[in-house]
Amino acid sequence: MIEIRDLHKSFGTQRVLDGVNLAMERGKTTVIVGPSGCGKSVLIKHIIGLLKPDRGQILIDGEDIGTYNEERRAKLLKRFGFLFQSGALFDSMSLAENVSFPLREHTHLSEKEIMAKVEEKLKLVGLGGAGSKYPAELSGGMKKRAGLARAIALDPDIIIFDEPTTGLDPVMSDAVDNMIRETQEYLKFTAVAISHDMASTFKIGHKVAMLYNGKIVEEGTPEEFKRSKSPVVRQFLARKAEGPIKV
Amino acid sequence: MVDILERVFRRFELFAEELGGIVYLLFETLVWMVRPPFRFSVILKQMEFIGVQSGFIVFLTGIFTGMVFALQTSYAFRLFAAENLVGPSVALALTRELAPVLTGLMVTGRAGSAIAAELGTMKVTEQIDALYSMAISPVQYLVFPRVISAIIMVPLLTVLFQFVGFWGSYFVGVYLLDLNSYRFIQDTVYALELKDVYTGLVKSAFFGLTIAVVGCYKGFYAEGGAEGVGKAATHSVVISSVTILVSDYFLTALMFGQ
Repeated sequence: MIEIRDLHKSFGTQRVLDGVNLAMERGKTTVIVGPSGCGKSVLIKHIIGLLKPDRGQILIDGEDIGTYNEERRAKLLKRFGFLFQSGALFDSMSLAENVSFPLREHTHLSEKEIMAKVEEKLKLVGLGGAGSKYPAELSGGMKKRAGLARAIALDPDIIIFDEPTTGLDPVMSDAVDNMIRETQEYLKFTAVAISHDMASTFKIGHKVAMLYNGKIVEEGTPEEFKRSKSPVVRQFLARKAEGPIKV
Repeated sequence: MVDILERVFRRFELFAEELGGIVYLLFETLVWMVRPPFRFSVILKQMEFIGVQSGFIVFLTGIFTGMVFALQTSYAFRLFAAENLVGPSVALALTRELAPVLTGLMVTGRAGSAIAAELGTMKVTEQIDALYSMAISPVQYLVFPRVISAIIMVPLLTVLFQFVGFWGSYFVGVYLLDLNSYRFIQDTVYALELKDVYTGLVKSAFFGLTIAVVGCYKGFYAEGGAEGVGKAATHSVVISSVTILVSDYFLTALMFGQ
């Protein structure tokens, strides 16, 4: 469903992506892992069109989104949900207003239908009845849940997760992983996540790919990934400072 | 020597980059201005924030500016036994220069910095990216309402400044300095022309545009957490204030040039 072909991107003299090739299957979760600063965020920003590649293509359902005009790109974006690292909730709005925001902007639903949908989504992420709270009143984990409720408000078929467990304690990380897995199984969306939390990666991912030096150096199912012989992957899995990945 | 030249060139390059960025944002705003949806509730909210909430501070600034100006000019005019010129000179100075410029500076300090800080916070907490990811143009949703509100509200605040400033000067002139009330008003009406009023309002609309576009630009490109947001707010105030003062000269020369 999502295919990245020979993607190149540089910022000034710094080459960040150097020929990335990766296919992400429909209805499954693909997790892209890699050390900090390796270009994972840059890669997902290309998928939603926030950045333009220097070279290469991103195909969604076989169509190169690089050829899209602004109107088609906006239409495409409505198929996406994006869970930001910090949740990126609008802090001047309550949770209910945050979740209803894309519905008000992009649908013609009545107020009653919008509120019903908001409550349904909040319940799905375990925040039923918390619609009147403001982001400042929430913990990190609750913000991520609320962010996911907003991301799935329009029933998107692709959801991007930007480091969903970063900054959370292990228990809350596991709760967020469960929420992602359950929501994905229930709504059957295609998920792309970036992470460097391996426990989380193996829990939510159907496929794991490792980005290093601007390229995908390993990809496979979680089991295949764990058995990888790549020194880079081995060092990453072993959490060691010594090895080919320079700190 | 080469080092100094390089630094000067780099400064110029940064200035050109920033100016280009501001002009580009303005152009983008103009493009989005004519495209639906028009979010009137968001525009009204911004008009309330930029205009209504600045009302009291503009009222205070206006009334005391008028009062002190009357006091100062009366001392000078008394030397030539020309106290009857206090009213006209205060009114002319207020409508042409003081009201637009001081209102612009007050709104810059209150609303311009807040715009940069708010958008800067939204930028560093990824809220602007979130808008984009929901297929909502951040320029249309965030910049356009602020720009149009500032263009409408700064001239209205300027009118408030002119009005209270004039009555402040009247109070000082008539009640404290014993000037003739009838002549104070008559001479002022005689001296003022419609052009004095509308040129002041054109200027203030331009200042409103400057405050909003600069504030939004600095907020949009804020980087590096709380420090970056603070810098964005400070830079926005400095750039807007200097632009107001510099452009005031050129706009005056353009509109009143011989």
